[in-house]
Amino acid sequence: MKLHRYIPMTPQNEADMLAVVGASSIEDLFKDIPAAVRYQGTLPMSEMLDEYALTRHMGQLAGRNADTDRYTSFLGAGIYDHHVPSVINHVISRSEFYTAYTPYQPEISQGELQAIFEFQSYICELTGMAVANASMYDGATALAEAASLAASATGRTKIVAFSTIHPEARAVVRSYARGLNLEVVEVAYGDGVTDISALAEVLDDQTAAVLVQSPNFFGGIEGIRAAADLAHENGALLVVSTNPISLGLLEAPGKLGADIVVGDAQPLGISMSLGGPTCGFFAVSQAQMRRMPGRIVGQTKDRDGKRGFVLTLQTREQHIRRDKATSNICSNQALLALSASVYMSIMGKQGMIDVADLNIQKAHYAAQKLSSVAGLKLTFQSPFFNEFVITLPEGTSAAELNLKLLEQGVIGGYDLGLSYPELSGHMLFAVTEKRTKSEIDQLATQLEASL
Amino acid sequence: MTNETVTTTNTDTPSTATASNELIGAVIKEKALIFELSQPGRVGYSLPECDVPRVETSSVIPQEMLRSEAAALPEVYEVDVIRHYTELSRLNFGVDNGFYPLGSCTMKYNPKINEDVARYAGFAKIHPYQPETSIQGALEMLHTLQNDLAALTGMDAVTLQPAAGAHGEWTGLMMIRAYHEKRGEHRTKVIVPDSSHGTNPASATVAGFQTITIPSNEKGLVDLEALRAAVGPDTAALMLTNPNTLGLFEEQITEIAQVVHEAGGLLYYDGANSNAIMGITRPGDMGFDVVHLNLHKTMSTPHGGGGPGAGPVGVKNKLLPFLPEPVVEKKEDGSYTLRSGSPDSIGRVKAYYGNFGILVRAYTYIRTYGPEGLRRVSECAVLNANYMMHRLKDHYIMPYDNVCKHEFVMSGKGLKQYGVRTLDVAKRLLDFGYHPPTVYFPLNVEECIMIEPTETESKETLDAFIDTMIQIANEAKETPELVINAPYTTVVKRLDEATAARKPVLNCACS
Repeated sequence: MKLHRYIPMTPQNEADMLAVVGASSIEDLFKDIPAAVRYQGTLPMSEMLDEYALTRHMGQLAGRNADTDRYTSFLGAGIYDHHVPSVINHVISRSEFYTAYTPYQPEISQGELQAIFEFQSYICELTGMAVANASMYDGATALAEAASLAASATGRTKIVAFSTIHPEARAVVRSYARGLNLEVVEVAYGDGVTDISALAEVLDDQTAAVLVQSPNFFGGIEGIRAAADLAHENGALLVVSTNPISLGLLEAPGKLGADIVVGDAQPLGISMSLGGPTCGFFAVSQAQMRRMPGRIVGQTKDRDGKRGFVLTLQTREQHIRRDKATSNICSNQALLALSASVYMSIMGKQGMIDVADLNIQKAHYAAQKLSSVAGLKLTFQSPFFNEFVITLPEGTSAAELNLKLLEQGVIGGYDLGLSYPELSGHMLFAVTEKRTKSEIDQLATQLEASL
Repeated sequence: MTNETVTTTNTDTPSTATASNELIGAVIKEKALIFELSQPGRVGYSLPECDVPRVETSSVIPQEMLRSEAAALPEVYEVDVIRHYTELSRLNFGVDNGFYPLGSCTMKYNPKINEDVARYAGFAKIHPYQPETSIQGALEMLHTLQNDLAALTGMDAVTLQPAAGAHGEWTGLMMIRAYHEKRGEHRTKVIVPDSSHGTNPASATVAGFQTITIPSNEKGLVDLEALRAAVGPDTAALMLTNPNTLGLFEEQITEIAQVVHEAGGLLYYDGANSNAIMGITRPGDMGFDVVHLNLHKTMSTPHGGGGPGAGPVGVKNKLLPFLPEPVVEKKEDGSYTLRSGSPDSIGRVKAYYGNFGILVRAYTYIRTYGPEGLRRVSECAVLNANYMMHRLKDHYIMPYDNVCKHEFVMSGKGLKQYGVRTLDVAKRLLDFGYHPPTVYFPLNVEECIMIEPTETESKETLDAFIDTMIQIANEAKETPELVINAPYTTVVKRLDEATAARKPVLNCACS
């Protein structure tokens, strides 16, 4: 019998325990499984490796990926290369946090419960909303759940989505909408943002929600207040998906009339990890509190009158309400919510302002620098946060350009032709606080040489 | 998962509360919120200099789009942050702290190598939209994991995108819906047993189905007659956990599959309980058409205090066209690619390619054991559960006294005559340093206690826990107040959940 380092069962244990059970072998314990469905032989799976060989194997797989320790990245499009303060990994590596389940036993889960309560508080502060939940899978599913909430709150079935929303988030909204029998209508964009007149044309008395992303997929800052006013005039809810790091300087959507604010907390100290796990956040106005999906932590007192925290408003949830629940979500992204909380704690009031400012400064410098390269121009003139679109010379392939950049140690921008056919030959560049002036200048030089 | 539908009531007298404080011997202070540590002018961050020529923010972004008031975040320095979260962590209980027999949650040990590997820069610091040539190692890992999970479950293909079990359920049901629609059939009903996880009916609703719940028979298994009566031309699927949430294997699984398939429905396998069957039997061989696995249960990835998980979904060939996109494929030249564009795909279920960092951990776990090791995992998990059931059966009521799989349920209703409920037993366990089992689930067992030891616990640990459970049963008879007023040793006592729900305080309202 091969021994395993995570399994303590000795042959003596096995014999003693079988005797108590009254079985002659472990095989006896599986007699209730019909022979017809028993698996015979050894599964054709990857073979076992010892710990050292496994670290070598995984190191080799990892080594074949171009990571941002070795490459300079100008790629964003929903996942961003921000600096992650050292503190975060130390906190989320505390195994009291990461080896715990959902805090169903509050007396021994006050740490996680308080951490979630603080996360909810942080999200409310940033977004300007009354209530936030404990997290969703990611920004895209949070947006889809927001559409679902709006449909149930209004009793309507039409979802109006700006086409400047992340293409994958729109795709996820469409998938959920199919399940819930909702119709999704998209609004065309103008100069990198959405014309409010285009929104007016598609709104009607069946519209449950208007979905807006700001900063949008092109980096552009949408007119949230005008969209909110128009949505409300038509009896619809306004849902805003936002980049939380932009909210250090951009106005809180809650103050601009949003009914639901969602987004992905990845920019807040969460590693890119090929796009997951990240952390969706979900915040609503007071009116929608009892329609929220997911877990919520509330403050209360124990029997001695001492402050404590519990999971609350659970009658919304699947384990109580089953098919009548507001959502099917059970597991969420708690550990990443903790990362985001630690990030916001480290940054604090001034740091959130400063990091947003650095993103604006460096992105605007880069936009000016790249658009001054012969053959390149800034596609849109609308205000933007830390991303912008560049028009490449006629006939230039963004994909080929990126391969050339890669050879020079640079991960280039997002090829917009992949999701907007009319924007073939356009690239979306993201510039975070990590990029230096010399890296930006060098990118301009490299682009110039590659064209 | 745990279900506490019971509301804690404050029936104790002030003297009990005082007594419990004396037991500790000290008054424990309330833990401050991070917001309460704030001192104006203090910072915890270090950012790069602005090395580019500055522009006035309001010259590039209109003033009305800019924040009129800074977000009221705390002003603390790095030491505050570390001490705050370290203190919070000490108020939390994880698998590394002790035995965590939470039924249906598979709280096994979370290997440390998995944590190290997921943090390798080549996994943690890569972007989903990098050129495919620059993420070949990641794509190879995903492709291998897809194949390994397909082999383990007996399915033809696997998608790794769903972020959690419930997300996998919904993904699978959306594929089932697309399958029926493609065949021109209008099937609206999903059947679940009364012992099913709450996510099953909830996922059915989100996928646009109505749920029909059928009762279990006296053995705790699917009642074939009830199933036959429930199926019909409107049956889209039966969702089943096997072994079920009572820890019992559905012995008539082939007959069940036949009934559903003959009615034109499909079989959905909720993989929450897969830790019982690895290498022993496979959902694909039992007749299931769609399977999800909870990698945060069976494959040892940490639960993270509630997430992230990962809920890959496997399907049989007939459902291949409906898989969510993109799909990781191996090309003829040996390289890996992300393929999209199948006209019948249900589309995207999540941004990017799933909870990749969790998938890295799961793959590392599979390679730690290999197929024979995984079989040993299930064997030991099942022996541990049966051992506990046998040692406890004289002290608690065992509603289903046959052989169990990786978990078993018992009932605390025998203690009700002393005024002690299952919730009280759970709270008393806290004083002994244990995380309690799942309680009040499944719903079809009165005063239910659901125990899942997992394979990573030793006989000594199991014996000590069993002895404690026996002691608590004795306390319930002899000194019931001792149990009813528990816990005594925790940082907070029983909390007022009723007021928390009636008058919600959901954030610190700092601004």
